[in-house]
Amino acid sequence: MEDIKIDKNLDIRGEVCPYTLVKSKLGIEMIEVGQVIEIILDYPEAADSVPKAMENYGHKVLKIEKINAKEWILQVRKEVED
Amino acid sequence: MDFSEEQLKRYSRHIILPEVGGKGQKKISEAKVLMVGAGGLGCPVGYYLAAAGVGTIAIVDNDEVELSNLQRQIAHSVKTLGVNKAESAKQTFESLNPDVNVVTIKERLNSKNVKDLFKDYDIIVDGTDNFPTRYLINDACVMLKKPLVSGAILRFEGQVTTILPHEGHCYRCLFEEPPPPGLVPSCQEAGVLGVLPGVIGALQATEVLKLILGKGKPLSGYLLIYDALGVNFRKVKVPKNKDCAVCGDNPTITELTDLPEEYCSI
Ligand SMILES: [Zn+2]
Repeated sequence: MEDIKIDKNLDIRGEVCPYTLVKSKLGIEMIEVGQVIEIILDYPEAADSVPKAMENYGHKVLKIEKINAKEWILQVRKEVED
Repeated sequence: MDFSEEQLKRYSRHIILPEVGGKGQKKISEAKVLMVGAGGLGCPVGYYLAAAGVGTIAIVDNDEVELSNLQRQIAHSVKTLGVNKAESAKQTFESLNPDVNVVTIKERLNSKNVKDLFKDYDIIVDGTDNFPTRYLINDACVMLKKPLVSGAILRFEGQVTTILPHEGHCYRCLFEEPPPPGLVPSCQEAGVLGVLPGVIGALQATEVLKLILGKGKPLSGYLLIYDALGVNFRKVKVPKNKDCAVCGDNPTITELTDLPEEYCSI
């Protein structure tokens, strides 16, 4: 499996909606097009809604994976300028 | 982009909009907007701009709050009767959003002070609805090349337009001179449905935010006319007049002058 280079890590554990999305949006604004952000989150609804929102912004969701009972890892590649 | 946790919460519904985001919210917080008038239009314009987090809002008004204003001027209250309108609005806007710096200018706008008052601001909002001041603001904005968002209301009808000097039309491209005072309703006749300035002011505030963000199409080159009774919005094209006395190819108005104040303001 190819390793994805992560350009920015963001920990939004403990955040609830809509702040999960607010912080993810601000996070992606801080990287360049083509770069990848990795977000760790623990709000179940956000594991579904944040990847969807990122696709709606025009970015590419590379991975959304449940890593343990309560946490998810989300990788997004920035595809469009803010 | 360093937002406090409080600001993240306050502006969250802006930040998640792709057209705004953190970068757009930052632009809003750095914007400096000057409003002429804290009356029917100025109240809702300032209210929404304060809520949006516009960094500096200057208000030019030398009138005091009267009971008859409260039917439509929603930034004032019985607690501020007799208080200067700019001051009264400042209290309301700052209690809505302490991030906002509200500058009060308790003066009447005239040909001597207008350029000096406008020069430090990015966008000018006209909420005066009296013709001499409207033309003075228009001419000053054209000369200073400042974007102007203008609104007008009467009875059940309102108008909005955005003037981007030399790019689109200006007020004088539309009507070269103000109408003679006799054609404009006197104060006793000039009724207005109290909610009407809310509609028009909200449209003006929208235009201001779009200009700050650089998103969408400004209402430049158009006049938007709202008829409340018929529930009708008409967008009328207003061409730029190359012979316009102030923004045309060979302007004849190169200095500001004061017109007599024989008009009623709402
Ligand atoms: Zn003109």
